[in-house]
Amino acid sequence: MAESAESAESAESAASAESVRHAPPAEPWEWAGPQAEKTGPCARLLQGLRAYGLICAMWIRSTMAYRASFAMTLFGNFAATALDFVAILLMFSQVDRLGGYQLPEVALLYGSAGTAFGIADLLLGSMDRLGRRVRDGTLDTLLVRPVPVLAQVAADRFALRRLGRITQGLLILGYALWVLDVDWSPLKVLMVPLMLLSGSVIFGAVFVCGAAFQFLAQDAAEVQNSFTYGGVTLLQYPPTVFGKDLLRSVTCVVPLAFVSWLPALYILGRDYPLGLPGWLAFTPPLVALACCALAGLAWRAGLTSYRSTGS
Amino acid sequence: MTGSVRLYGAVARGGFRRHATYRTATAAGVFTNTVFGLILAYTYLALWDQRPGLGGYDQAQALTYVWLGQSLHMVMAVLGGGFEDELIERIRSGDVAIDLYRPADLQLWWLAGDLGRGLFHLLARGLVPMLFGALVFDLALPADPLRWLAFLGAALLGLLVSFAIRFLVALSAFWLMDGAGVAQMAWLTGIFFSGMLLPLNVFPGLLGEIARLLPWASLMQLPADVLLGERTGAALLSGYAFQLGWAAALLTLGRLLQTVATRRVVVQGG
Repeated sequence: MAESAESAESAESAASAESVRHAPPAEPWEWAGPQAEKTGPCARLLQGLRAYGLICAMWIRSTMAYRASFAMTLFGNFAATALDFVAILLMFSQVDRLGGYQLPEVALLYGSAGTAFGIADLLLGSMDRLGRRVRDGTLDTLLVRPVPVLAQVAADRFALRRLGRITQGLLILGYALWVLDVDWSPLKVLMVPLMLLSGSVIFGAVFVCGAAFQFLAQDAAEVQNSFTYGGVTLLQYPPTVFGKDLLRSVTCVVPLAFVSWLPALYILGRDYPLGLPGWLAFTPPLVALACCALAGLAWRAGLTSYRSTGS
Repeated sequence: MTGSVRLYGAVARGGFRRHATYRTATAAGVFTNTVFGLILAYTYLALWDQRPGLGGYDQAQALTYVWLGQSLHMVMAVLGGGFEDELIERIRSGDVAIDLYRPADLQLWWLAGDLGRGLFHLLARGLVPMLFGALVFDLALPADPLRWLAFLGAALLGLLVSFAIRFLVALSAFWLMDGAGVAQMAWLTGIFFSGMLLPLNVFPGLLGEIARLLPWASLMQLPADVLLGERTGAALLSGYAFQLGWAAALLTLGRLLQTVATRRVVVQGG
């Protein structure tokens, strides 16, 4: 069900490519001029964020030119993700517990992972188009503009309809928090927003790493889906369901367990199956920072290894 | 007669070879199918641990169902990836006019190409995930070659139904121009009612009864039941009849719609 979202997107992208011609063009080189003079990491970061915001705003304007189409795709995005939860509901129509977890507990895992992934998908999800840009040579256009390439690639075809996924995740999360019988402490309350924030940063880093990988393996874009869409599918279920080897690899190799499992299990007062120390539940922000650093390095390595096909 | 057999045979071979060109993409797809199979297998294990014999399957059968789902995923093009995006684009751009003046039938032309694609995806994207699943888990794969043959028959009929549905989806572009919305609705319905998400015999009550009567049941649930030995003898024949019935009905509808649609085509000279 993962690649699903993308296949509908590709059909729709033809329409949005048309629409951008009608929108007033935001021309990066005009506003990038003076800032490009400034150097230093902070100035560059600000410049990148500013560029990202402007390109996103342009895509939103062009999307809004076709409001009915936008409403339909927004609903489609919502419904496609909701199907995953319908499957879980159908499972719970047959059983009371899955891997020892009841429905509200699974809903907490589902909602937190879904929302965190949804935020990353909205902000950076378009990056998996990079392989196509490398293949058809349009990446060169991005390289000659005085704007960070990462910002341009991340904002490329910014798809506001992905709000549908966030909405769906938040609804399930809200339901879980409403019905869960948890002994709330200030720390546990704080854990909820912290989990969403660091979780989306971790998933964002996975998106950037996946894009960096596409410089090398242009046609292999789909491998990335295993870690993004596959990752969020994995996190929707209780960790007790999965084998120890799989758990070890998503804790130590690709740190997806830090997105929602470790913090959510702390809220639920349950133990993580690998018998890890309890304080790990508070480390997701650190893990997220480390992931960002790694993703940055991977991106830089990917970008410098890029050789244009030239024509 | 022999001429048209050779023509559509060539189109089918073309469909096979066209998809066979993208080797890295195929390998990446196999990897993704395997990862999703692994995740789903564990959730099914937990479900059948809790309710042994759910839906008439034992645990090994349920696991086989998971890996079969990953193998048939691309064959049935449940999430797109078949010919429909291309045909929609040709209808939108007007290139379909070229297809219409070819000395070949529109429906048969695309059907032949899609059968070639389906065969490639069965071999290239179906075998490896199934082998991986059989290595890691205890699967209920039959030893009887006849049952495999019966399964291939059911899978072929399933592909026919899948094509017929997607052909209708694509033709809707003659009226709507932008087929994205219909395509999206079609794959949402398809993923749910084919049984790719969860076997249809696990669906509760009336929902399950309705789901098992819809055409999408031909794509995944029926071939799986044949392979798992849930359909033999008379039940096998009634299963084939169910698939053939839907295939015939939907293909006829497609043909009617095609006749109406082609009258709408206006070729702009220039």
